[in-house]
Amino acid sequence: MADVIMVGTGGQGIILAARIAAEAAARMGYDVKTSEVHGMAQRGGSVVSMVRWGERVFSPLVPRGRADFLLAFEGLEGLRNLHFLKPGGKVILNLYRLDPLPVLRGDADYPEDYADVIGGYAPGTLTLDAAALARESGNPRVASAVMVGALSAYLDFPGDVWEEVIRSLVPARALEANLKGFEAGRRAG
Amino acid sequence: MKRSLLSGNEAIARGAYAAGVRVGTAYPGTPSTEILEELSRFPEPYVEWSPNEKVALEVGIGAALGGARTLVCMKHVGLNVAADPWMTLAYIGVNAGLVLVSADDPGMHSSQNEQDNRYYAVMAKVPMLEPSDSQEAYEMARAAFDISERHDIPVLLRTETRICHSRGMVEYRDERIEVDLPYEKDYRKRVMVPGHARLRHPVLVAKLEELREESERSPFNRAEMRSSRVGMVVSGVCYQYAREAFPEASILKLGFTHPLPEKMIHEFASRFHRLYVVEELEPFLEERLKAMGIDAVGKARIPRTGELDPDAVGGALADIIEMDTGIRGGGWSPPQLPELPPGARDLPARPPVMCPGCPHRGVFHLLSRMKAVVSSDIGCYTLSVFSPIEGIDCQVCMGASVGMAMGLEKAFATSRANRGKEGKVVAVLGDSTFIHGGITGLIDIVYNRGASTVVILDNRTTAMTGFQPHPGTGQTIRGEETFALDLAELARAVGVESVRVVDPWDLKETKRALKEEIGSDHSSVIIARRACVQRERGREFLPYEVDAEACNDCGLCMRLGCPALLRRDGAVRVDAALCAGCSLCAQVCRRGAVREVRRDG
Repeated sequence: MADVIMVGTGGQGIILAARIAAEAAARMGYDVKTSEVHGMAQRGGSVVSMVRWGERVFSPLVPRGRADFLLAFEGLEGLRNLHFLKPGGKVILNLYRLDPLPVLRGDADYPEDYADVIGGYAPGTLTLDAAALARESGNPRVASAVMVGALSAYLDFPGDVWEEVIRSLVPARALEANLKGFEAGRRAG
Repeated sequence: MKRSLLSGNEAIARGAYAAGVRVGTAYPGTPSTEILEELSRFPEPYVEWSPNEKVALEVGIGAALGGARTLVCMKHVGLNVAADPWMTLAYIGVNAGLVLVSADDPGMHSSQNEQDNRYYAVMAKVPMLEPSDSQEAYEMARAAFDISERHDIPVLLRTETRICHSRGMVEYRDERIEVDLPYEKDYRKRVMVPGHARLRHPVLVAKLEELREESERSPFNRAEMRSSRVGMVVSGVCYQYAREAFPEASILKLGFTHPLPEKMIHEFASRFHRLYVVEELEPFLEERLKAMGIDAVGKARIPRTGELDPDAVGGALADIIEMDTGIRGGGWSPPQLPELPPGARDLPARPPVMCPGCPHRGVFHLLSRMKAVVSSDIGCYTLSVFSPIEGIDCQVCMGASVGMAMGLEKAFATSRANRGKEGKVVAVLGDSTFIHGGITGLIDIVYNRGASTVVILDNRTTAMTGFQPHPGTGQTIRGEETFALDLAELARAVGVESVRVVDPWDLKETKRALKEEIGSDHSSVIIARRACVQRERGREFLPYEVDAEACNDCGLCMRLGCPALLRRDGAVRVDAALCAGCSLCAQVCRRGAVREVRRDG
């Protein structure tokens, strides 16, 4: 069983990433629940998706201090949601910064030391540059597949299960890039 | 039998499809929107985006009377709009099954309030089902049509954000039953003149007793016996939270929650010293249990606002259950919460923002600069409330901006305390919102000789809920071409004296229109028309850039609140990857420091 939190900002592909993880867990025979955010919060705001699997899953929400994995697609959002991680939980941190409006306007400072703070709090944090790995895979837009690939390295789901799921969820024109991005993330994990 | 991971919304649509739904109606609203979108993937049912929830329900009533099983979907506040037909529908009955889905939003993820719509079942005297996960959403959507037809009454399927937008495994069938009932004239039953309604009300009250018997036998109500000392009563997603927090507790899981299965509840209660009621928002179950003479603890411990999760439930009840039973922590294992490092505290907020290139931005920038009193509405443009624009004064519900502007104008006109404000009032609302609830307010302004100005932000779509078409777009939910309502002609037809259409990317033209109309002594409508930047495919543009030499960091452009502009080291820069080429920043710059990136550069 595992509880996974994926955080970032609207438009980073978090809903798709959460679906890929959820479908993979379902194919492994687990009971699965997810929770997504739609509507107002998506317009450039913080986004949190949750995926849980196990023999039987009740709540779609993961309470704070209970998550096995925190996938931070963006640095500030990783910091903001650190409280979800359980002691000993694993952080996969994308080295990406997207300034929120108060920072853009010069009214607040971006926490530039986010990787150090997160790494200090959660020893064993994996940091990666998902956009760079995505570019190397031929398409900078598949960073979310890279992040799921990194997660997959810490799970015992066979590679062909992930591939089947990605094939079933990603449109044909973006499929090869997503599969490559996933593999790049999996190697980085 | 198929098995898939479905959202609650997808599951409801599939359940309704399997039940033979032939008509589906809705107005988009988070978290309910995807139900009708999913239903529209099937070719058989007639589906429509209605202009508002009241019309959606009225079309639904007609369809059900006409013999077709009908699904009507809306967010919780939508039922306020549809409350008028809703309150009388149960008197006349339905013929074919009619199920109204009300999607509540505890925690207000995308809503203006967190009203508890379970009371709408009580007030209208109709049966209510509350699913606790996607599987139940599917099963209840199917069963609701049978209940509706069996008792000739509409059914309220009350769901919520964590059901609608959660996925879970669902076993379902793809086959569909056929329901096609004859229509027969029966005006004593269906024309609610007082003499007929007086006869129908006792019939409705009697139906409630039959429904209570059905609730007693319903598979959606069940007692799960585990602990002999801890008994809980739950409905909806709270079942999941209670199960997870207190794995050993016995649970009376209620899914058919109006009328309540009182015998079953008494039987369950008789086994325990007292009951713990786990529910979000109002003490709906708790008050009913107490009225039945049952010792129940609920809102004394569990918050009445916001949404819950397993640990919110655990933390709220652990000590009282321990006191009552001696079971340590009541059986709840609290999480280990280590202290967060200082670097993870006091972080900058990330409020949702209008997109780069959003056609709404310029209008609110201008209104803010003009110090107008802005009566606003529900849509993406509500985001203009946040810093730095802070462009709106008040906002209540869909369409209210127009009537509220008229009221502000009339109050200011006779006020000494607010001298000078009467010429500053403006209502601002979106195209879909105007059609939904603004048009009647506009008729009022004209009829009662108001001089208010109404700005319609016509971005050619229903943006906030995910770009649904509406009567002004010339497209149906299935993408068929249809008549496109002309908002300017409509405004002229109701008698508005001055109607103008402007391009909100043209600040000068927009400013002139706002200045002339807001200060005028006649009714006026300004249509700020430009398609939502998210929906413009293939538009060719060049991004803008700032000449750092010419920029004196005055900050004027930063007042636009555009996420593509950033201020760093004494100058402003444009993020070319985000810039949508709207040119507003170039238009507000007094030094000409912002310009289009040169084609050859």
